[in-house]
Amino acid sequence: MQRYILSRLIQSFIMLVGVLFIVFFMLQLTGDPVALMVSRNASPEQVEELREELGFNRPVMVQFADFVSKAVRGDFGMSLRHHQPAMELILERLPATVELASMALLFAMVVGIPLGLLGGSNPGSIWDTLARGAGLIGQTIPNFWLALILIMVFAVGLGWFPSFGRETRQFMGLALPTKSVILPAFALGLFTMGQLVRFTRSAVLEIKNEDFVRTAYSKGLADRRIYIKHILRNAAIPLISILGVQFGYLLSGSIYIETIFSWPGLGNLLAESIGNRDFALVQAIAFFTSLVVVSLNLTADIAYGMADPRIRYGE
Amino acid sequence: MTKILSVKNLVIKFHTFDGVVHALNNVSFDLQKGETLAIVGESGSGKSVSMLSLLHLLPMPPAKIENGEAWFYGAGKEPVDLLKLNRSGISKIRGGKIGFIFQDALSALNPVMTIGRQISESTMEHLGLSHAKAKEKTIKLLDRVGIPGARQRYDNFPHQFSGGMRQRVMIAVSMACNPKIVIADEPTTALDVTVQAQIVDLTKELQKEFKIAVVWITHDLGVVAGMADRVLVMYAGAPVEIAEAQDLYANPQHPYTIGLMNALPSVKGHEDSRLTSIDGMPPDLMEEPHHCQFAWRCPYTFDRCWKEIPQQIMVGENHVVSCFFDVENRRPRGHV
Repeated sequence: MQRYILSRLIQSFIMLVGVLFIVFFMLQLTGDPVALMVSRNASPEQVEELREELGFNRPVMVQFADFVSKAVRGDFGMSLRHHQPAMELILERLPATVELASMALLFAMVVGIPLGLLGGSNPGSIWDTLARGAGLIGQTIPNFWLALILIMVFAVGLGWFPSFGRETRQFMGLALPTKSVILPAFALGLFTMGQLVRFTRSAVLEIKNEDFVRTAYSKGLADRRIYIKHILRNAAIPLISILGVQFGYLLSGSIYIETIFSWPGLGNLLAESIGNRDFALVQAIAFFTSLVVVSLNLTADIAYGMADPRIRYGE
Repeated sequence: MTKILSVKNLVIKFHTFDGVVHALNNVSFDLQKGETLAIVGESGSGKSVSMLSLLHLLPMPPAKIENGEAWFYGAGKEPVDLLKLNRSGISKIRGGKIGFIFQDALSALNPVMTIGRQISESTMEHLGLSHAKAKEKTIKLLDRVGIPGARQRYDNFPHQFSGGMRQRVMIAVSMACNPKIVIADEPTTALDVTVQAQIVDLTKELQKEFKIAVVWITHDLGVVAGMADRVLVMYAGAPVEIAEAQDLYANPQHPYTIGLMNALPSVKGHEDSRLTSIDGMPPDLMEEPHHCQFAWRCPYTFDRCWKEIPQQIMVGENHVVSCFFDVENRRPRGHV
């Protein structure tokens, strides 16, 4: 198990170095950020002066080395647009994104896993039809389209929910979610819900036919016990890694949803900073998101190892 | 001797996309209290299907029980027909009254549950034991089936055991609730020969100790000779011969059984004598049988064999055969 964790740690580290590399050089290809920052009729001398001030006139490799050495200390420089440290901006926006992603994942799990279990355990039944339908719809409806429809029907039409923005309720120093999160979380979580339904259903269908399930029946156990202790317990192992990947996707992939609902999260910030060619901020967000995804995958891998005794007690 | 199980006229068909598979055609046999009945036959002869169907462990559909009764005399005073029981009725029999030992213990045990829990969950269900009591009983049982350090091993997972030890655990699972019958479905096939012998011996010991009737499904006639009281030979979904083990080896009556015996290597055999085999292939089970299913391969066929399905004929005390021909005397049997 220790060797297993160690090898995952090393993999994650290599991945992050690769991410830093890509993030830095991709942005170099998009054009000169200084051109955006100065007014149209600035003289070439003025532009050059600004380039020098911001360090963009140095060789690319030097800029990269500088970037990495600061990045490992959490310093991604100042946002060119906001004139605030990039990391500070990210941490400001983080709670909103975490709230949205957690609610989306919660919705996906609460609906997806039981529906997949019901469908997989009674193939061909009404539950199965429902599960397959939910899986298909969840995975095929584009979330930006769904978001617009939701706003039209539930915010504008029925007026049940706000159409944009985030409101929180203070409780013992915590900012608790209010109903403002419901529409964006639903729109964001639907795809993950579809994934979970389909995955749980097929895992249950497969495990149902395993020999050890027949053994469980031959022991005269109650159906409920067989499904929870024998079938779901085995399906949970691969499910853990899916959940890790999906949570990473939810935390990072909400640009559309956050923009449509004006949700003050990371995705919104990223969209804005790309439009502004806000170098430091884009780099910081990209790296931060990768860090989140990589550490979630790492957590999922370790949890996977803990849940599967064949790995836990392996070499 | 008293009967513990009586199966009558069991017919099972599998309704598949390609057509109907006639898996069992009119299977009847009795099982006595405390005896060992070996069911032998080649793959597809219906050995496992017949036993799995009694506990409703066949996937239905495609399998369908078309006819038959299976009277079990071990649940209370009145016999019950296992095939007619509902879900909760059969759940009480499974594990509680009839235990099952499966072939490959690695795949037959849950990989993510400790072996201790896999045994004690059964005793908690059937005997209503508390957690702690079930654990104590399980540890005793693990010790009894020969797991060294049973208390420590309680919390181990199946993959941490060797093949033989896993099969011992499987035996403990099957016998955890003091059943009347244990059905062993080729439990030694996946094991090497020395371990096979240990498993056979262990089953015999426990059988005596707990007075359990054992149905031993196998295609290994060597194992059968060593442990069975009676033998049921199956061919193409029907029993062809039922006899006491010694009688069967000394005096096989059905041409198929005779063929099997001739195919066994003999210690006395000549050095360069070759083993004989039975010519031909087992029949296609997709076709509904209208005559003796062994007729295609049988050296003794005559016209009647192609017209009727032979019924079971008593040819001696406890010796039943389904054949129209008397091989010993080289003539058709009279109507008995």
